Amino acid sequence: MLIKIKGSWELKENQITSLKDYISRRDFIKNAGIMGAASAASLMSPNLALAEESLSTVSNLYDGRDIMDEKTDIKAVRGYNNYYEFGMNKDNPARYAQSLVTDPWRVKVNGACENPGDYNVEDLIDFNALEERVYRMRCVEAWSMVIPWVGVSLSEVISKLKPTSNAKYVYFETLADPKQMPGLSRGIIKWPYREGLRMDEAMHPLTIMAVGLYGEKLANQNGAPMRLVVPWKYGFKGVKSIVKISFLEKEPNTSWMRLAPQEYGFYANVNPNAPHPRWSQATERRIGDFRRRDTLMFNGYGEQVASLYSGMDLKRNY
Amino acid sequence: MKNQSSRIFLHIISLIPAAWLFWQMWLWYNFSPHGLTANPIEFITDFTGNWTIRFLLLTLCISPLTKLTKWRLIKYRRALGLYAFSYGLLHFLNYTVLDYFFDWVLILEDIFKRPAITFGMLAFLLLIPLAITSFKYFIKKMAANWKNLHQTIYIITIFAITHNYMMVKADILVPVIHAIILSGLLALRVYFSVNKKRMFKKI
Repeated sequence: MLIKIKGSWELKENQITSLKDYISRRDFIKNAGIMGAASAASLMSPNLALAEESLSTVSNLYDGRDIMDEKTDIKAVRGYNNYYEFGMNKDNPARYAQSLVTDPWRVKVNGACENPGDYNVEDLIDFNALEERVYRMRCVEAWSMVIPWVGVSLSEVISKLKPTSNAKYVYFETLADPKQMPGLSRGIIKWPYREGLRMDEAMHPLTIMAVGLYGEKLANQNGAPMRLVVPWKYGFKGVKSIVKISFLEKEPNTSWMRLAPQEYGFYANVNPNAPHPRWSQATERRIGDFRRRDTLMFNGYGEQVASLYSGMDLKRNY
Repeated sequence: MKNQSSRIFLHIISLIPAAWLFWQMWLWYNFSPHGLTANPIEFITDFTGNWTIRFLLLTLCISPLTKLTKWRLIKYRRALGLYAFSYGLLHFLNYTVLDYFFDWVLILEDIFKRPAITFGMLAFLLLIPLAITSFKYFIKKMAANWKNLHQTIYIITIFAITHNYMMVKADILVPVIHAIILSGLLALRVYFSVNKKRMFKKI
């Protein structure tokens, strides 16, 4: 008999189910067979159902009120995006990203690794090993979502590229094609969009390279064909539509650090005690909720990731 | 009669943004599709804030336009100013009620620790006496003081635009356009006052 023991980061089923559904769960179980068959048809990979994982949480107590983590409405996940390459307003990416060509897609890999070169997405991602990971996503603008991502651990991608011992950081770039991306005509950010992780952060099992969400391929506005998801960091670390991966010895200068170094740091760990100079990070609004809720240290993933930063002053290394 | 209908027209135009907003909020409240994005409270913040600044700038346009064109526009100025205050009040209520839901600890921390919020709050607080004293009774009673008090609208508008400029995350286009318009209006004011002094000298 196979007994699956859930890690503490995984959300218990009742934490991602609405109270109403939870109370009527026995009806739900009766119908589950039918629903399961229907949803499997829409999944990207037949193996996904086997690898399905659930959300993580340490505590779902916010502000003394017991609030559950519910998956955010897919319409909001696909319709409310920060992707400045397609415009500054939250609804611009859904409108202007539709024409982005994501197949074929080439990813340039270079720097301190044994297997540099040009890769297809399928070369980097094992589509037979896709997992579903339901993560909280906390934007630096103090709103948040819960998203069922589909992807693989970034460590699996990185191990294919065989970084050398000189590789201390991984650096990523988003596509910057003015023909396909109307937002590039304005120099809000010095394009292309740049992000990076320390090697131990990149190799952490919670860090994933996502290719889908809600069981379907990523929509272009969500960063198709592949994007980074680092659930304990602010959303802007999740670089979208990746065309370049470099292994570096030195900490890269990332896009938001360049733009406003006093406001955005390299680490960008979710931290309710380190306010943004212009607004508090102590609370957040979950998209779909009316009231704010308390923001959790490391977005609630502290048990898994806090040890990466032991001895560091996280107020200075924001 | 013509006077009256143009006034009504001005009220209708000025109320359209608020009417649209309340209609969309009603749809939101009823879980119907609405135009307030997936994050309605943030949208309402931007919407009411932008209309406050637009009405402040429109109010400031009246005096120079009158001087340049000889149109008799002064009679519309009070209404425009009160609309600026009303949209500012909606902005303030959205922040304190919908956004922070009377979490005064966080609100006071915002006001005293974050200059961007301080400027916005100052602009709103300074607007309150202008709104109260905008009625004829005070215009007569306060005489010269009334004019001095209402000159603060320039400082209020500077504070409001500074607040907007400091709040945006990356795209400063809108506050910069507003700042350019405000600079133009201030320049015209300086020009008129210099001219006035010259005219007096000639006499």
